[in-house]
Amino acid sequence: MYNEKKLLDKLKVVFSFAFIPLFAFVVVIILPLILGVAMTFTTWTGFSGSLFEFKGLENYLTAFTDQGFWDSIKITVFYVLLTLVLTNVIAFGLALLVTSGIKGQNFFRMGFFTPNLIGGIILGFIWQFIFSRVLVSLGEAMDLAIFSASWLADPDKAFWTLVIVTVWQNSGYMMLIYIAGLMGINKSVLEAADLDGANAWQQMLKIKIPLMIPAFTISLFLTLQRSFLIYDVNLSLTSGGPFNSTELIAMHVYNDAFLYQNFGSGQAKAFILFIIVATIAITQVKIMKKMEVES
Amino acid sequence: MKRKRKIKAVILMTLSIVLFALYFFPFVLVVINSFKSRLDIVSNPLSLPTSLTLDNYFTAFDTMNFMTAMWNSLIITVVSTVLIIVFSSMLAYFLVRWKWKINGIIFMLLIASMIIPFQALMIPFVSIYGNLGLLNSKWILMFFYLGFGLSLATFMYHGFIKGIPLELEEAAKIDGASRMQVFWKIVFPMLKPITVTIVILDVLWIWNDFLLPSLVLNSEANRTIPLSTFYFFGQYTSDFGAAMAGLVLAMIPIIIFFIVLQKQVIKGVIDGAIK
Repeated sequence: MYNEKKLLDKLKVVFSFAFIPLFAFVVVIILPLILGVAMTFTTWTGFSGSLFEFKGLENYLTAFTDQGFWDSIKITVFYVLLTLVLTNVIAFGLALLVTSGIKGQNFFRMGFFTPNLIGGIILGFIWQFIFSRVLVSLGEAMDLAIFSASWLADPDKAFWTLVIVTVWQNSGYMMLIYIAGLMGINKSVLEAADLDGANAWQQMLKIKIPLMIPAFTISLFLTLQRSFLIYDVNLSLTSGGPFNSTELIAMHVYNDAFLYQNFGSGQAKAFILFIIVATIAITQVKIMKKMEVES
Repeated sequence: MKRKRKIKAVILMTLSIVLFALYFFPFVLVVINSFKSRLDIVSNPLSLPTSLTLDNYFTAFDTMNFMTAMWNSLIITVVSTVLIIVFSSMLAYFLVRWKWKINGIIFMLLIASMIIPFQALMIPFVSIYGNLGLLNSKWILMFFYLGFGLSLATFMYHGFIKGIPLELEEAAKIDGASRMQVFWKIVFPMLKPITVTIVILDVLWIWNDFLLPSLVLNSEANRTIPLSTFYFFGQYTSDFGAAMAGLVLAMIPIIIFFIVLQKQVIKGVIDGAIK
């Protein structure tokens, strides 16, 4: 380990290796974080002319008594649960499929992964076209009642379009994580199980899944975070409509602050969101770390 | 037994092809319709184009200011990624090789900051920097990306540098090389595998990012590809052909990036997630 003796040399090291990155870290993360806390407890909004008067918990009370906020949280929680389960079940299934030894495995892997390369804004627009044009025209041509009207115009079905697009987008990414998990399983363990007469289903439940807990931990963590914080697909696919039926929490915070100019309560909502996501994510990782086993 | 296996292979193959078609049909439909006229799309979005016209592409290319958007996206992605690589690797090296007490604290702060969602920072962010007149600049945006991308990259480099034996550096030190020279000539080249991973993750993130640039870049001349697609699609929602062509144009650069670097992208995504 290095340790300069003279103070001047120490400063030289700090300045050359760490000053710029730490400056960026403080300016971009720490400062907004501290000022964000200040915003929620005072009348200060950061704009010139706004006063710095202590408001106590008023902003948090405004946030908690806003029906729109609760509606948005409710939709978001339902959305997160659905996408969490569907994405991971499908991703795990895809991973099994493309590691089963079929021809063109790599080609299929690339194909399922492709939606992840493209930005959420573009993906949302693609599906907007599919739901509002292609499926409607398919419904007319084949006389399918379910597609007769655009799903995006129906408050209940619009929610499902978000779920479908999210699962479609993320399952290929999580598939890669599960593939890595499956490849990491020691072959000799499975051969031993084969000799002991364990069938494919038993091997899956008793060996593969327990040994893949780390892959599940990562994948669940990522899907949780992504789903809670999704904004761009939400914006380009439904923009929260019809009648705010698909306004997920990130969009609600954005609109509250930048559209309606409620900086204080908007920031309070953003922190509530932060605390919810952090608590759930940390609990999930802690619980799953305990479930890990050695082969 | 052999027959059973063959049947199984056929079933798995069929399933894969069906799923692949399900995953890919949106892209196929967008490409097909990008060559059709508005009327053809309205009457039947599932039909093949009757005549091949590139008019939609010319409209989209001009209205989106595609070359400007492409240039903005390219320069922002490249410079931001380079900044993250250079400064995160140096910071990680500093945190690993100098065992001062404060370095442990800095490292903990960096890790803890990774859980903060962008949404929790964006409101003060916009009010402070908007107020200071620092928004609406590509160069400031790159600095912001350095701040947001720093902690994950430093964390990944930190883990890697810890595994490099100190002896390798001591020889160079005896030859009279400075700390900086030792880092750039001896250590940094050894970090190549992790550098590739970080580059892939950051390129995919920055290239496709919408929220941060939408808050920072206001003027039309500064728009990146996701931004110009957003505004273009909003204007052209009824001219479907041009809108579809715009989406295809917006997808082409990153698809090329993927085709050229498939293996690295897949490996980078997996390594990045596992660490």
